[in-house]
Amino acid sequence: MSTVTVQLFASYAELLGAPTVELPLAPGSTVKDLLSRIRSLPGASSLPNAPRVAINRSFAASEQIVEASDEIALIPPVAGG
Amino acid sequence: MKRSSVITREIDPASLINEVVSPQCGAVSLFLGTVRDANDGRSVSAIEYSAYKSMAEAELERILDEAEERFGVSVLVVEHRIGLLGLGDVSVAIAAAHPHRAPALDCTRYVIEEIKKRVPIWKMEHYADGTRDWVDPSGAAQVSSV
Repeated sequence: MSTVTVQLFASYAELLGAPTVELPLAPGSTVKDLLSRIRSLPGASSLPNAPRVAINRSFAASEQIVEASDEIALIPPVAGG
Repeated sequence: MKRSSVITREIDPASLINEVVSPQCGAVSLFLGTVRDANDGRSVSAIEYSAYKSMAEAELERILDEAEERFGVSVLVVEHRIGLLGLGDVSVAIAAAHPHRAPALDCTRYVIEEIKKRVPIWKMEHYADGTRDWVDPSGAAQVSSV
């Protein structure tokens, strides 16, 4: 197991009550695995079914492997402009 | 010449135009997004913009590269402001220059539409009645706060 840090923004940071969360993650875990870990956190039950995840500043597919050294973020619905 | 930034200072549209205008280009297209006083039937007093800045700038760069490839517009500048903005303040400015008008116009339209889909920037609207709410154009459940 390694520990990954997930950045949270805007409404998701409010839901989970922090700007980052740290999670244990087995080697070879995917974005989908990461999301199931996040769902077990307090406040996470209100997240949408498939929140967007960014890895190293790009949107990631659900089967993408997450490395401990990655910059990981949960991206709430965007509203720029 | 392409440039994109997420900034906290006021946007000066004239400086963006000066940055892209040239004798080789017969068209400059400028799009400005500004803070509106109402949304979804509620009276808005201000909007607080926040961003995942490093990714927002990376995504803006990708959008500008796509715009250049699609429309052949290589003179293109985008600034998006974050922080607390008042009514009428400019939140986003896109300036594109091209020898001809159609690519310049199409390009600014493309860039703003893509910003709205993919750039990690968020709005918290402040309402005249003192409440606040996250703006969620996707229609998913909103998180209310006071």
